[in-house]
Formats: sequence, structure tokens, C-alpha cells
Amino acid sequence: MFKLTLRNLLARKVRLVMSGLSIVLGVAFLSGVLVFSNGLSTTFDGIIYGSTPDGVVRAKDFAEFDAGYSGTPKNVVTPEAIADLEALPEVERADGDIAGFGMSLLASDGTLVGGTGAPTLAFNYHDGPNMDGGSILELDSGHWPEGTDEIVLDTGAAENGDYELGDEVQLLAPYGEIEQTATLVGTAEFNGGGTAGATLLIFSTEGAQELFLNGHDVYNRVSLTAADGVSQEELAAAAEKVAPDGFEAVTGDKVADESQAAIGEFLGIVKIFLLIFAGIAVLVGGFIILNTFSILVAQRSRELALMRALGAAREQVTRSVLLEALVLSFVASTIGIGLGWLLSRGLAALFRAIGLDIAGNALDLTASAVIVSYVVGVVVTMVAAYVPSRRAGRVAPVAAMRAESPHAPAPLGRRATVGGALLVVGAALAAWGVVGAPGPDALWVGIGAVIWILTVAVISPILGRPVLVGCRAVFGRLFGAPGRLAGENALRDPRRTGATASALMIGLALVSTIGVLAASMNESIDDLVDEEFTADYLVQSVNFMPFSTTVGDALEDVDGVSVVSRQQWVGARYAGDTESVAGNDAAFTDVYDLEVEEGRIDLQGPEAFVYDDFAEEHDLALGDPLDLTFPGGSKLQLEVVGIVKSSEVTAPINVPLEQIENAGLTRQDTSISILMEDGADPETVKNDLDDAASDVPIVAVYDKEGFSDSIRDQVNQLLYIIYGLLALAIVIAVFGIVNTLGLSVIERTREVGLLRAIGMSRRRLRRMITLESVAIAVLGAVLGLGLGLVIGVTLRETLKDDLTSLALPLSQLVVFLVIAVVVGVLAAVVPSIRASRMNVLEAIAEE
Amino acid sequence: MRHHRRSGKVNLMTSAPHRPPVAARAVDLRKVYGSGQSEVHALAGVTVDLEAGKFTAIMGPSGSGKSTLMHCLAALDTPTSGTVEVDGTSLSGLSDKALTALRRDRVGFVFQAFNLIPTLTAKENILLPLDLAGTKPDQAWFDMVVDAVGLRDRLGHRPSEMSGGQQQRVACARALASKPSIVFADEPTGNLDSTSGAEVLSFLRRSVDEFGQTVVMVTHDAVAASYCDRVIFLADGQVVDAIDNPDREQILEHMTALQTLVAAAAGTP
Repeated sequence: MFKLTLRNLLARKVRLVMSGLSIVLGVAFLSGVLVFSNGLSTTFDGIIYGSTPDGVVRAKDFAEFDAGYSGTPKNVVTPEAIADLEALPEVERADGDIAGFGMSLLASDGTLVGGTGAPTLAFNYHDGPNMDGGSILELDSGHWPEGTDEIVLDTGAAENGDYELGDEVQLLAPYGEIEQTATLVGTAEFNGGGTAGATLLIFSTEGAQELFLNGHDVYNRVSLTAADGVSQEELAAAAEKVAPDGFEAVTGDKVADESQAAIGEFLGIVKIFLLIFAGIAVLVGGFIILNTFSILVAQRSRELALMRALGAAREQVTRSVLLEALVLSFVASTIGIGLGWLLSRGLAALFRAIGLDIAGNALDLTASAVIVSYVVGVVVTMVAAYVPSRRAGRVAPVAAMRAESPHAPAPLGRRATVGGALLVVGAALAAWGVVGAPGPDALWVGIGAVIWILTVAVISPILGRPVLVGCRAVFGRLFGAPGRLAGENALRDPRRTGATASALMIGLALVSTIGVLAASMNESIDDLVDEEFTADYLVQSVNFMPFSTTVGDALEDVDGVSVVSRQQWVGARYAGDTESVAGNDAAFTDVYDLEVEEGRIDLQGPEAFVYDDFAEEHDLALGDPLDLTFPGGSKLQLEVVGIVKSSEVTAPINVPLEQIENAGLTRQDTSISILMEDGADPETVKNDLDDAASDVPIVAVYDKEGFSDSIRDQVNQLLYIIYGLLALAIVIAVFGIVNTLGLSVIERTREVGLLRAIGMSRRRLRRMITLESVAIAVLGAVLGLGLGLVIGVTLRETLKDDLTSLALPLSQLVVFLVIAVVVGVLAAVVPSIRASRMNVLEAIAEE
Repeated sequence: MRHHRRSGKVNLMTSAPHRPPVAARAVDLRKVYGSGQSEVHALAGVTVDLEAGKFTAIMGPSGSGKSTLMHCLAALDTPTSGTVEVDGTSLSGLSDKALTALRRDRVGFVFQAFNLIPTLTAKENILLPLDLAGTKPDQAWFDMVVDAVGLRDRLGHRPSEMSGGQQQRVACARALASKPSIVFADEPTGNLDSTSGAEVLSFLRRSVDEFGQTVVMVTHDAVAASYCDRVIFLADGQVVDAIDNPDREQILEHMTALQTLVAAAAGTP
């Protein structure tokens, strides 16, 4: 039997390649994602461990990963304190670090380098080793910075900024005097290569002190290197005893763990995100395998019957089909894994383009990626081939004697009943989610949606009939006989058409679900901005990083501006959690109209007002104390004097702006709101504001429309990434259509020959096959887009709190329908050319 | 209906004094498959006129080239050399498109099996060539043909709902629907029982007698050939014999003679 199976496979090379392709693509995506996300982790691990010393003395309550956003503490370490640390017997050496947060690099043409994705890290150079004893940085060219006006950039940043050694590098300081320059004297990288996209600004200690610490000979962190035989714990314990007030000593491992946890969260999201799409691709591939094997078994029913007649047992026939699937899945998975390795490099290139650099040597096939890919590829193929293999076993020996090989379609009644029931189950789950099931509501709808999608795939032969009948009518009217024949062919075997269309349906269902959510989100943003955005202009940095107060100073001088209200967001610990705190100046209430529920919002001194939901969560009432701990360890003891309805224009906790400095943090601005004088010309004011802010490319001046556009751009960017990833599922579905059509054409060889004999031209024959393909694609699109709409609307219902408005992306859906038609046309290219090249005589004579 | 007309045998080359109108003509037709050692001459110089308004049978042992001849005459196959004329049009050098149009508009086909598109009803199958040509069917002609094949009550049925004989009669009706210059039938009764076969042959006979159609049929069945006005015998890719208005015995005699001839030729290399 094994020999026969192999012969079967080899005798059908073309079909083998075609059906294998869907598995190849699915597995390629999966293994590509696995290799890529492994590379991502490896790259970050290398940088994190390679840049962390044995121990660190740092400001208390200061998570370095929130640095910048949460505010920059003013705590400093003196050289004397460092000398004390170095004097400890456990300490081999202690090096003072200076880290400047929120500094930006401008390219030689004045545009921002990096900025949106990975962080820009500014620090002083010293040659203290990392925890493995190696150097933290490696010089690529030039020399390390000396004096106050030299800088070393990472190699990538120097390239992106178009800077050569000796050039003046333009910088933007996060506070104080904003425009700075330094001479590029070298380029460097993290030990181990790359920076994962981060931009490195490396100064001499003197230079960093000048920039970030007003020229005082102090530091804001100390790197410790343990003496021989001293563990990290012993080192930290010893250092803790002499650490200055407001500082703590921690082990290098702890710092690395914190960094990993912070990055790991982001990486985890990226990984899961990509794996979901890999899963979809594999699922779609499975559908195609199921369909292909069903068709192959149907076509070979006479041959299988002959085997049965010659004495092959039912199980032997079933097993031979499964064996065929096994060999196919193994070969396809192998190719897929190889392709996936290439794909991981493509993904890395894509991420590099958005500023996340992955070291090339990190993208190696790991044993686990290979094993997982094989297992998934083989299991999915075997599961998909199981049903057709059982059907093969059931072919009666007598079928060998029949002239025709009719695969009389079994009635679909049972499918309809079971499918209908499952749709109801899905609907019930979704409804339960909407009315408030335990746990996240959207999860219930999600489970319901998965049931829906799979059920619709199964009952697509029934649901699809009206669509196909419609196609037949339209095609018949538009294209005459070839059109009607195409419609008939699509209707001929509803299971086959349905299963083929389902592969496309899955992809498009997700596309339209996401489309509904994105459109609703955009609509909600518009509404929200319309309602709450009462400033005439808003000035923020592109990534919501705080910026120097000098920007606001320049804006205040613009003619026609009546009110400039400044706001600084910082992080503070309250009741064990990090909460956002907004420092608002007195003008804030002139610009924004907060809905006061209790008390007042004109704050004086150590007072605060909070959002109603925050007050409820922490059981706060007017007059209650509110003790906050800020980065660097400073505390503020505030009194709650007001409770407002939660809003998007400020943070849950609001304090007077002056209190930010009392909290030991550097004054910066996160958001500046501007009102115009009455009668001022909006256009002139906008232009003047743009001019005033133009020197600082990290900030932008938004009007109402511009602001919602900027948020919308972010939503749409994500949307396009998702569409891009779903495109792969659609590409796989296209292969499914190609495959089905190709097999159908082979099956209908004699029919094609007859049509050609009685006068159908090649062109019309091609058109007939193309139209059949379009009918399949349209069926997939209609089912998918329709189902996606339902899922999207239901999901939106559970996410009502955030997505306050519902919007249907109707024009997008039309575009997708058009894309489906194009997909149908493209899928038919090869099968239709093959059919039209068939020799008429041979086709008629075909047995 | 009487269709067996007797007459003596006539040598094909010494045709009647006045030339009858010709529906299709082959001149020195050659068809060679393969090359070198494995070269096979399916047609080795066939010259034949197929008279309009007649029912002609092409007979011969298997491998005699009768099917190849028909395929070349019907614009389904292209000869290696020689010329084919259908309804006054020379097929030499015609593009696939032109050949397709010619088949669609001027040639009708009945094959041995698998004549109908399974997804279309009988009526749709009959009208398919007209549909493809984009011409309106002539209702009177359609009615006449449908009544002649006796399938009026079956027009809405699909092939799977009809017997083999009924399917072949639908195929015959389709072949006639576009009023072709010539109808080619390739063993049209090969898959049928004798009753159904007789129905099909009677219909073809009637289409010649009553509608003035030209029908050319390839067959190896003497009974089928006896419905014809003329039988042309092929052997080894050449026309070797022909009889007009034959009956079954005459045909069998000729067949036996032919087989002996072929066997003798094969025996003496």
C-alpha cells in the first residue's frame, strides 16, 4: 500500500504542489513568526543583560522604563557618595551614571531621528563592565567623547541622521534650553551588536552633567561592579547600607528582570498578535487541504473502488489516503519551515523600517520552532484529511464498474440542522456577553464569533445558495451562455464551492470585523474630540513625551493668543499602583469645561481633584487625604477637594502644576492648550503657532480636526498592519480557489472538450472559468463581510464604554467586495489558461 | 418509413456524370502521428466528397482512420497535409477562433457519449450553440426539431434525469438546432441498446429526408450504416470502397472482404 501511495503522489505532481502550497504558506507564516519572536527576545535579552552591571544604586520608586513619561526625579548622587560605595570591600568599582530622559536627536536636515518607536537613550560614557564582565558598549569608529561638546551616536542613528565624524549634531533637550549641539566624534553599538532600534546619545560625564544636571558634579545613578567572589545579593546588601537618602541598591539581575518584564509585555503582545495571524493562516490552509482531499477522493473514486474490488480493506483505503496526507504534510512543512526562516527576515526588515532593529544572527531556526511547525503542519493536514479519507474507505467496490463516477451529493439537511443549532449557540454566547457574562464581555462574543465562523464555513453550501443563484442570474444576463454555465458550475457541487469560499470567508470576516471596530473607534474619537476638545489649539509631542517648557514660552508670545494652559503628566504611586497625575495650571479651567460632581476644582496648594471612577475605586470622598509617592521617592500629601466626571482631557488625579516641582520632579510640559483672542484670524494664529513650534520637531500644533486626525492615523496604522497580516490568509485562500478550479477543470475535461467542439471559443471558455472563480470569491466575500459586520457590531456593543459610537465602514466593504472579484479573476488565470489550451479531441476522448 | 434503397456498388472515383452539391470535401488528406520509426499514417491520402442532403456512413476496421477523417472534416483536428473544405470554406490556415466559429455555426456534432452539459436542461443544451453564437433560435425550426426527436415533455429535464437514448436524441436535436451545413455523428448509437439506437438513427434519417440535412456518421455497426444513402469504407488510412443505398447484407459482405484484405496485408510484410 505504501508503494501505491507514493506512486499516487508522484503521479499527481501538479495537484500535489497545489494542495501542498496552502500548508507551505501556513507553516511558513507560523515558523516565521516563531523564529522572529525568538529573535526579538534574544535581541532584547542580549541588550538588557549586556548593558546591566552587577548592581545599581538608583533613585527610589523609579522604574527606568517609565522614565521620561512619569517625570524625571531630581535626586542626585555626589562623587563623595560614589567614593563611599567604592570603598566597600564588596565593591570592585563604582561608576557614576547620568541618564537624560526625553532628549531627541535631529537629523542634519532638521527632522526627528527615531522618536516614535524605540526610545532615545542619552547617558554618559564610562568603562564599567556589565554583569558578565564584558564591556557595555563597543566603539565602531572614532573615539569616546571628552569635554562638554562631544557626542558619540550609535552607528544606525549616525547613518539615519546623515552625520559624519566631525559634524555638528543637533539635539533637543527635554528641559531647560532646548536647542543643543555637540560634535560627533565616534559611533558605537551595544556589545553584541545593534540597539534594537533605540537611539543612543553618548556624552562624556562632564558633557552629560552640563546638559542634564546644570553642570554640577553629581550623578543620578551608580553602576556597581562586585569584587571577586561577591554575589550580586551581597553587593546590593552592602551598598544599600551606604546608599544616600532617596536611593536604593538593587542587584543587576533585578534591574534586568524589570527591563525584561517591561519589554516582555510589549514583546508578548507582538508575539501573540503575530501568532493569532499565523493561526488564522494555518486554519485557512487546513480548510483548503480538506477541500483538496475531498475533491481528489471524489475524482479517484473509481480507482479506489477498483482497489476495494481487488480486495483492499476499507481501512487500507482510508489509511492510504491518510498516508498520502502525511507524506504531503511532511514535505510541505519542511518547505514551509525553510520559507518561514526567510519570512522571519522579511518581518525583521519590516520591523526595522518602523524602528525596531533585530540582530540578524538572532534569527536562527530553533529546535522548538521547527518542532512546533512540523507538529502543527502535520496535525492540521491529518485532521483535515481525515474526513475525506473516511469517505474514500466508504467507496463501494461496485463503483468501479459504473461508467460515470458520480459523487451523488448527500443531502445537506443534517448540516443545516446542526449548523443552525450552532449558530444559535454562538448567538446565545454573544448575547450573554453583551448583557454581561462573568469575565470580559468581548471574550464571550469572541468565542461566539469563532463558533459562528466555523459554522458558517460548514453550512456555506446552504447559506451560499442564494448568492450563487444571484451570480448565475447576473452572469447569465451580462455574459450570456458562458456566464450561465459558470453560475451552474459554481452551483454544481455546493460543498466544494462552499468549502473553497470558506477559506476566503474566514479572512474577510476578520477584515470586516476589524473594519467595523476601527470605523467605530474613529467615529468615537471624532465625537469625543468634538465634545471635550474645547481648546482652539493643542500642542503635544508626537509620542506624548514631555518637552521643555521653553516651547510654551515661545507660544505665549504669539499674537492673537489669549490663554496658554500648561499641563504636565507624571506617574505616582498610590495604594500600590502607578497612577497618572496631571499638573494643571490655573488657566486649565478657562479652557476646559469639566463636569464637577462634588466640591471644587480651583486648586490651591496641596489639593487635588480626582475622577469619579477613581474616587469610587479607592473610596475617596471630599476632604480625604491623598498621599502620592513620586519617582525619586518624594511624597506629596494632598487633600481631595473635588470630584469630576472622568474625561479625556486630563488624568485621574489632578494637582496644581507647581506641585510637580514640590514632588521633586523636573518641570516639563506634556500638553499645552491654547485659546485665541476673540476676533483673531484662526489661520494666522495657526501659522504663527506652527512657526513658534517649528524649531522643535517633536511637538506639533493641532487644531480640532488635526488632533482627531493624528489619533485616527494611529488607529489606521494599526488597521493597515492587521489588514496586511490578514492579506496572507487571503493569499492562501486564493491558492485554495486556484486548486479547486484546477481540479474541477480536470474533472470536467470532457465537458470542456464538448463545449469547445460545439463552438465555444477559447476566450469564452476562459471567461466561463473566470466567472466561476469570481462566483466563489464573491460567495466568500459576501459570507465573510456579512458575518464580520455582525461580529463587529456585536463586539462594539460590549466595548461601548470606549467605542461610544457605531460606524459601519460601508465604502471599505465595497472595496473588499471589489478586491474579492479581483481575487477571483486572478485565481482563475492559471486554471482557465490550462483549460483553454486543452486539446479538443483529447478532451473529448478523456475517460 | 422506408429507407433501404438498393443499388449496385459504385467506385468512388468514377462519380456520377453531373456533380452533386458537396457539403464537405477532403483532398489528398494525410495525417501522420509520431515520427521516424514510430511514424503512423492515420490518413494516407484520402480524397472524398460528402454530398449535401445525403446520409453518409464512414466505416472501417479500428485503426482505419475513420475517426481521424471525421475529426479533420469537422474542424476538430488539423491534417498534416491536404485540404479540407466545409460548406465551400477551406479550413487550411484558419485560426482557432475561425475554426471554433465554423464549428459553432456550420457544423453539428453527435458524439458517442457525454454529449450534454450536465448542468443544463435539455432545452438549454439544444440551444447552447445558438447561445454561444448569440443568435435567436428560429422557433418554428426548434419546434420541428424537438417534435421530430419526440422530447417536448423532456425539455426541462437535466441529462441525469434522462435515459441514454433520450440524451442522444437531445444531442441530435442540438446538432440540428443551428441548421448546420453538415452534421457529424461519431458512433452515435455505440452506447445504446438497439431500440434506442433505432430511434436515433431514424431521426437522423428523417432529418436528411424531411429537412434536407447532410449527415456524416462514423460507425462500425452494419445495421446503423444500412440507414445511410452511401457507405465509404476506409482501411489503413485510405478509401478502399464505397456503396450507394446499401442494405445490411451488402455492408457485411464488404466488411468481411475488407477484413480479409487487411489481414492478408498484415500477414505479408
